[in-house]
Amino acid sequence: MPLEFEKPIEELEAKIAELEGFAASSGVDLSGELQVLRERLAQLKSETFDNLSRWERVQLARAPGRPTTLDVIGGIMTDFVELSGDRTFGEDAAVVGGLARLEGTSVVVVGHQKGRDTKENIKRNFAMPHPEGYRKAMRLMDLADRFSRPFVAFIDTPGAYPGISAEERGQAWVIAQSIQRMARLRVPAIAVILGEGGSGGALAIGVGNRVLILENAWYSVISPESCAAILWRDAKEAAKAAEALKLSAPDLLSLGIVDKIIPEPGGGAHRNPSATLANIKQALLASLAELSHLGPEELFEDRYRRFRGLGHYQS
Amino acid sequence: MALERLFRRRRAQGEARDIPELWVKCPKCDAQIYKKDLETNLHVCPKCGHHLRLPASKRIEMLADANTFEQMTGLKPADPLGFVDTEPYPKRLERYQKEAGRPDAIVGGRCTIGGVPSVLLVMDYAFAGGSMGSVVGEEITRGIERAAEENRAVVIVSVSGGARMQEAALSLMQMAKTTLALDRLWARRLPYVSILTDPTTGGVTASFAALADVILAEPGALIGFAGPRVIKQTIRQDLPEGFQRSEFLLKHGMVDQVVDRRQLKETVAQVLKLLHPRTVNHAG
Ligand SMILES: [Zn+2]
Repeated sequence: MPLEFEKPIEELEAKIAELEGFAASSGVDLSGELQVLRERLAQLKSETFDNLSRWERVQLARAPGRPTTLDVIGGIMTDFVELSGDRTFGEDAAVVGGLARLEGTSVVVVGHQKGRDTKENIKRNFAMPHPEGYRKAMRLMDLADRFSRPFVAFIDTPGAYPGISAEERGQAWVIAQSIQRMARLRVPAIAVILGEGGSGGALAIGVGNRVLILENAWYSVISPESCAAILWRDAKEAAKAAEALKLSAPDLLSLGIVDKIIPEPGGGAHRNPSATLANIKQALLASLAELSHLGPEELFEDRYRRFRGLGHYQS
Repeated sequence: MALERLFRRRRAQGEARDIPELWVKCPKCDAQIYKKDLETNLHVCPKCGHHLRLPASKRIEMLADANTFEQMTGLKPADPLGFVDTEPYPKRLERYQKEAGRPDAIVGGRCTIGGVPSVLLVMDYAFAGGSMGSVVGEEITRGIERAAEENRAVVIVSVSGGARMQEAALSLMQMAKTTLALDRLWARRLPYVSILTDPTTGGVTASFAALADVILAEPGALIGFAGPRVIKQTIRQDLPEGFQRSEFLLKHGMVDQVVDRRQLKETVAQVLKLLHPRTVNHAG
C-alpha cells in the first residue's frame, strides 16, 4: 500500500512499466515517449521527496517495509545470538537484543521491534514495550559493561505501552531506571533512531554518547496524533502538531538532540532497504571510531556533558 | 454546622460577595471547610482526611526548618521551537506566569530539614499543571549539582502532568539530564527523598521522581506513567477502583510509604538524619 503522497509516483511507475512491456512484446518503438515519462518521473520524485513536510516524514517513518531492528541487525551484523527475558517476570517481544559482531567488533545490541505483518505486530505489541522489555534492555547493558563491549541501541517505538499491567509493574520506574543504567555505561553507547522515537519509551534506550537518526525518522515527547488530540482537541490535526513539534531529523540536529543524520535513499528507507542498511553501518562504524580513544570514565563524562547541555531558557 | 447554615442563608440573601472565599468545599466528602481551618491543617480535609492540593510556597513553609529557606531558582522559559497551537507558546507562558506568580513550574533553594543541610525543590501545579520543560529540568539539575557540591541532601516534591509539549524533544531531554545529575549525589553518598503528590505522571515520574533513595507518596495521589484517560482509550475497558493511586503503588512495591501530609515533615527529617553523612554517629 503506497502512502498517499507516493500514489502519483507509483501510478507513473506503473504506466512506464506497462509501456515498456508493450514496447517489448509488440516491437513498437516507444523510446521517445518513455524518455519523456522517465524525466517526468524523476521530476515528480524530486518535487515530492525534496520538500517533504514533517507529517509526510512521520508517514515514511511508519511505512510498511521500512527496516526494523532485526532487519538492521541481520543486514549489518554477523553472529547474532538473541538473548531473551528479563529474569524477573517474563519475555517482552517488543524489545529484542543480544550479542553480535559488527565488522569484527563484538557488540551488545538492543532495540524496539515492530512486526512485519499484523500477526507479528500483535506478538510484538506494535513495539510498545512493557516493563519487562526495559528490564531486558538493562540486563543487556549490564552485560555490555561486564565484558567491555560497545552498546548499540535501535529506537523504533510509538511509545511505552499504556496499560494496566504495565502500570502495575512500574512502567515509569523501569523507564527511569533504564535511562539511568544507560547513562552509567562505561563502554561506548550509540543510539540510532530508525523510525519512531516516541517519548520516554524511546529515550529509555536513547542515552548514547552519540545519537544518530535516519533522515525520515521522528523523535519527540509525544506523537503528533496525541499532541493534536490535546492541544487542538482533534487527532486529525496531527499534521499541524507534527509541524509545531519540530520532530524531524533536521530539526533535532539543529537543537543538538541528535548528532548526525543518516541519509535515506530517494523516497525513503522502505523503497531501498539495502542502501539504507549500508548507510546505517557506515555511520555506526564512524561513531564507534570517534569514541575509540575514550576510557571508561571519559565515556561516562562525555555522556553526562552531552545531555547536561540540552535545554533552552533565559537566566 | 451553624456556620454552614449562616453561609447558605447569606448567599441566599445575596449578601457579602466576599463570603464564599472564606469557605472551601472538600472535593471528596463535600464538607464546607472554613478556609483558615484548612490552612492550619495543611490543606487536609479535617472531616475525611482528603489531601487537597497544597500551593508550592506552603509546601516550602511546611518542609523547610523555619527561616532557613534561601531561594536559588528563577530561570525564565524561552520558546526555542516557536511553538504555536491554538495560541503561541509565549502567550500561554504569560498567562501561566500570572496564574502562578513565578516564571516557571518550580521553586527551590537551600534550607535545613530537621537540621540537615538540604536542597528543597518543589514543583508548582499552578503553573501549567506542573509541566516539565527546559526550566524545570535545568533547575532540578542545578539543585542536585549544588547539593552535591555543598554536601546537602536533596528533597524533591513532584506534582506534574508530565513533560511540556511546547518544548517537545527538549522537554524529553530533561528526563535524561535530571537523571544524570543524580549520579553526582550517588558519588558523594548524599540522600535523596522524592515526595510524590497528586498528580505525578509522565516524564517526571519516569525520571528523577522514581529514582530516589526513599520515595514517599501522599495519600490518594494519582501516580503513574500514562494518564488514566490514555490507558482507558488504549485498552477500551474501565480501570479498577484505586488504580494508580498511592495505595496501589505501595501495594505494587513502587513507593516506600504513603505518608499523611501532617506527618510528612517529620518522616522526611527522620530519613535525612538517618542517611546524611554529616549525621553519622550523632544522635539527633
Ligand atoms: Zn473531606
